[in-house]
Amino acid sequence: MGSFIARRSLQSLVALAGLIVLVFFAARLTGSPADLYLPIDASVEARQEFNEKHGFNDPLTEQFGRFLADLARFDLGHSIRKDRPALEVVLEAIPTTLALAAVTMTLAVAGAILVGSLAARRPGGAVDRLGSTLSLAAASAPDFWVAISAILLFAVALGWLPTSGMGTFWHWIMPVGVLLIRPFGILVQVVRGSMLGALAAPYVKTARAKGIGERAVVFVHALRNGLLPVITVAGDQAAGIVNGAVIVETIFGWPGIGKLMIDSIIQRDFAVIQASILVTAAIIFAMNIVIDLAYGLLDPRVRHA
Amino acid sequence: MASASLPGAARGLGARRWLAMLARDPLACLAALFLLLLVAAALLGPALIPESAGRMNLRLRNAPPFELANGWLYVLGADTLGRSMLARLIEASRSTLMVASAAVALSFLIGGTLGVLAGYARGWGATLILRMADVLMSFPSLLLAVVVLYTFSPSIANIVVVLAVTRLPVYIRTARAEILELRERMFVSAARVMGAGPVRTALRHVVPFVLPTLLTLAAVDFAYVMLAESALSFLGIGIQPPDVTWGLMVAQGRGYLASAWWLAFFPGLFIMLTTLSLNLLASWLRVAADPQQRWRLEPGGKAGDAP
Repeated sequence: MGSFIARRSLQSLVALAGLIVLVFFAARLTGSPADLYLPIDASVEARQEFNEKHGFNDPLTEQFGRFLADLARFDLGHSIRKDRPALEVVLEAIPTTLALAAVTMTLAVAGAILVGSLAARRPGGAVDRLGSTLSLAAASAPDFWVAISAILLFAVALGWLPTSGMGTFWHWIMPVGVLLIRPFGILVQVVRGSMLGALAAPYVKTARAKGIGERAVVFVHALRNGLLPVITVAGDQAAGIVNGAVIVETIFGWPGIGKLMIDSIIQRDFAVIQASILVTAAIIFAMNIVIDLAYGLLDPRVRHA
Repeated sequence: MASASLPGAARGLGARRWLAMLARDPLACLAALFLLLLVAAALLGPALIPESAGRMNLRLRNAPPFELANGWLYVLGADTLGRSMLARLIEASRSTLMVASAAVALSFLIGGTLGVLAGYARGWGATLILRMADVLMSFPSLLLAVVVLYTFSPSIANIVVVLAVTRLPVYIRTARAEILELRERMFVSAARVMGAGPVRTALRHVVPFVLPTLLTLAAVDFAYVMLAESALSFLGIGIQPPDVTWGLMVAQGRGYLASAWWLAFFPGLFIMLTTLSLNLLASWLRVAADPQQRWRLEPGGKAGDAP
């Protein structure tokens, strides 16, 4: 078990290192930020001074060396746009996205367990057909279009919900609803599949034979074993949630990590791009390891050699 | 899935039997019709309505849809420059479908080959391929695309490459899993015993069994790639004007939600209908290509049982 954690951590670190290199050089290739931050008629001297001050004139290798040295001290550079440490800007945006993701995943998992279990109880029944139609539609819907159509219907036409921003309970409904679609659709199918297997197992027959109520059989006996693949897939969906968050936060104007990333790419705010991508990747990698560990703890049959 | 799919038997089926099976599933039938119509419109569109996609008619600016007073070309309304929505949608369908097919073909070929190699050649090469797939898989694809596309100008070629790269792991993993199961089967060992070399065994005996699975995957993936491209175009880092795709049209219409809802609604609807059709057809294909489930779609089988 210990060597497994070590190997997974090493793997994640290698991936993270590759990412650091890619992100650093990719950002430098997009052009000088001087063009964006100085007025269009700025003198050559002013540009020189700007580049000098922010160290953009040094050779790339030297800039990279400095970047790594700073990274070792958890200094991810300075945001040009906000004139503050980049890490601070990123850490400010993280809770918004985490809250959005947590609420979405909780609802998606809970909903999928309910619908998926009911569907597995009667394959081909009404709930089953409804569930598979829903998940098919979920896999086909472009989330940005669903978001825009929802704004059109609920905010513009009916006036029930606010178009953007965050604050009240009402502000959460559309973003969470849109973000929910994809993971919910996938999870329903996973729950259904693994519950079909669990419900056919001999111990479920035993439980039924003992006269245990149907609800307890499905949601206690079978669900406990049927839940394992759901955890894995729910973890895989974490990376997908970030994809969705970029879209949802941009459309609904949420100050989360997704919007921050798009904004800082458009504004060529190098330090913030690097910091936000590194922090997001680190969180995702850490979560993957935790999920692997949870899987091992929950299922004693899984032996991580 | 591999144990059940027998392409040898599938090859024996005539085209008429496939059509009969398609007719047994009304939804899949509709999906196939829609896709055929779409491809035909994309291919023949420029010949049928030459140049009308770019023609501006300022008197028809933001003309509402479902009115035939201005001619059938304006049945879906007009955009802010008075261009026919129908003609624009058809023009956009060309680039939308082109980008998605190129990306899927690329990741299918490269990912499939890498997966077969990883399944066949155990050793550090296979490990390297799989670790690469793991890394790609664990990183949000949209972020990767955002970084790369902003660095190298968002040209159509770059978008195709980025989309293809982010989908590689799916093909690698699926192909490898199938190969691992197949390579120990009796008929493969038999081929080996009869003196077939590793290349011949792979190409002649193993790959044909992996193909149906990968093709079904490609159909689902086509839908996924289309969604990814339209999301990128919507964010402004995908296809750039004057090229146009459905995703870009949604982005352009977003500012007119309150006054001209059809500008953003129709392109999105077409994205949805296309991906839905692809997914429906893929789930039909899964059943039709599987000899153990195929009876559901044949005369006498219960069509309602089809998943």
